[in-house]
Amino acid sequence: MRPVSYSRVSDVATAIATVAADPTSAYLAGGTTKIDMLRIYAEPSQRLVDINDLPIDHIEVQPDGAVRVGGLARMNDVALAPVVLDRFPMLSEALLLGASAQLRNMASMGGNMLQRVRCSYFRDAEASCNKREPGTGCSAIAGVNRGHAVLGASPHCIATHPSDAAVALVALDAMIHVQNSGGHHAIAIDDFFLLPGDTPEREHPLNHGDLITAIEVPALPAARNSLYLKVRDRESYEFALASAACALTVTDGVVAEVRLALGGVATKPWRARKAEQVLHGAPATRETFARAAQAELADAVPQTMNGFKIELVQRTMIRALETLTARGAAA
Amino acid sequence: MVASHLPDAVQGPGRVDVVLNVNGATHVVRIEPRVSLLDCLRDHMNLTGAKKGCNQGACGACTVWVDKRRVVACLTLAIACEGREITTIEGMADNGSLHPMQKAFLTEDAFQCGYCTPGQIMSAVALLAEGHAGSDAEIGEWMSGNICRCAAYPNIRTAIRDVRDGVGGVRGATG
Ligand SMILES: Cc1cc2nc3c(=O)[nH]c(=O)nc-3n(C[C@H](O)[C@H](O)[C@H](O)COP(=O)(O)OP(=O)(O)OC[C@H]3O[C@@H](n4cnc5c(N)ncnc54)[C@H](O)[C@@H]3O)c2cc1C
Ligand code: SF4
Ligand code: FES
Ligand code: FES
Repeated sequence: MRPVSYSRVSDVATAIATVAADPTSAYLAGGTTKIDMLRIYAEPSQRLVDINDLPIDHIEVQPDGAVRVGGLARMNDVALAPVVLDRFPMLSEALLLGASAQLRNMASMGGNMLQRVRCSYFRDAEASCNKREPGTGCSAIAGVNRGHAVLGASPHCIATHPSDAAVALVALDAMIHVQNSGGHHAIAIDDFFLLPGDTPEREHPLNHGDLITAIEVPALPAARNSLYLKVRDRESYEFALASAACALTVTDGVVAEVRLALGGVATKPWRARKAEQVLHGAPATRETFARAAQAELADAVPQTMNGFKIELVQRTMIRALETLTARGAAA
Repeated sequence: MVASHLPDAVQGPGRVDVVLNVNGATHVVRIEPRVSLLDCLRDHMNLTGAKKGCNQGACGACTVWVDKRRVVACLTLAIACEGREITTIEGMADNGSLHPMQKAFLTEDAFQCGYCTPGQIMSAVALLAEGHAGSDAEIGEWMSGNICRCAAYPNIRTAIRDVRDGVGGVRGATG
């Protein structure tokens, strides 16, 4: 493991000032990504600033019905909060279907947004990888790419974004609240995750020292009928091959409201806007669902080993929509 | 810039004194900040119950509790546990008498090689306290962070059910 230095801070202003003052420093939350990266030499030596004592682990309902989750709130605590279970079941499920009980006790929501890709070449300091070392090439394109993306890839990087929670949050139009020495601002989650393009090393718009203080999920009554469907190589404790976060309201047999986002198949948590467009106002039938899924994947580009994902994710979307249609009718 | 007595004084990368509370006892070790809680327990405190399987959060053999929550010790820095309460498998017996879960693992033959067992037991006891042992499916899902290479899973589930329904009696079988 890389050598590190360490300090612990107890207030937000000191945390930000400490990290901002030293370009080699970084926040340490649950450490489930950070320690892993340092141990496998995927990141350089750092001065770690432990933020686990900061008072930003709240889960609060806002007057307008939005739910605000602190940047340090732990995955398990958010998933099991009654207000999240009740209003945003898809977020609860996305969190609980991720990692393991132990990791979810450690891992924070802010850290979850910033977790690094699981591409095995990114994690192998000997392999060339544009994300780890810009300009060295992408080993995955001519290598083992069964787990890689079919949407949003570029000739420079094809790694899938690994977060489950972010997929639900993208469907829910969440806002990422950020604080730095200059003040506070909020970023729409769809703008928070960047496509690789020709700068795959840049994954999000945060600057050095920016602290994620909270994630805000706006009120969405339709989300009470929502789910997260995750398809993977084993039943638990595994990243997604394909997943769908979906909220649906059907009125008189017609899709009145829908939110749909995909995981495991794209280089960022993928809002399925083309599918949503097909679904809006259309009869809630299998035929419509298949047409919507097809529209979303029309531009998909398979690599040598992951062509199966194009069909798999369409089936995942259709099953999510059918399940929610049946649940809505039974309610 | 920052006086050294303040809590945000920088420590390391060389060795520093770290004070840890493990199973109710205070230990002082001299380690680099990069040392994981797992290596600290095993190599610096001679508490070798927690095991190293993968060293990357993927197997659960290193499961211990920090402030009563189960975590993986391989992705936890020892220095980050100063001021927290650490519990390991060595702290489960009460005055020489095994914890009911340890007894149940013996009775139900819930292991073969035993390498994953300390982690399984630390997870299993936490599982009951969390209230996630309702059905076999729920036990399976909430124990999935503990891999058993010998596949003792059916007997591990039986041991957990024994404690849930018997001595532990935390929760009924509601499914
Ligand atoms: C074996 C394994 C399996 C996993 N499986 C899944 C899975 O199935 N699904 C899934 O979604 N995830 C999975 N994960 C990833 C896990 O969810 C993330 O590692 C975790 O959420 C990161 O949070 P953390 O608090 O541990 O972050 P840390 O490791 O502490 O930090 C991660 C990064 O974020 C930065 N950071 C942390 N907090 C903040 C903040 N508030 N503001 C600004 N920067 C910050 C750190 O500097 C660091 O760069 C898995 C991880 C492991 C090890
Ligand atoms: S897919 Fe991205 S992360 Fe993986 S080797 Fe290529 S550039 Fe690196
Ligand atoms: S050794 Fe810690 S999870 Fe495998
Ligand atoms: S008993 Fe051998 S790994 Fe579980």
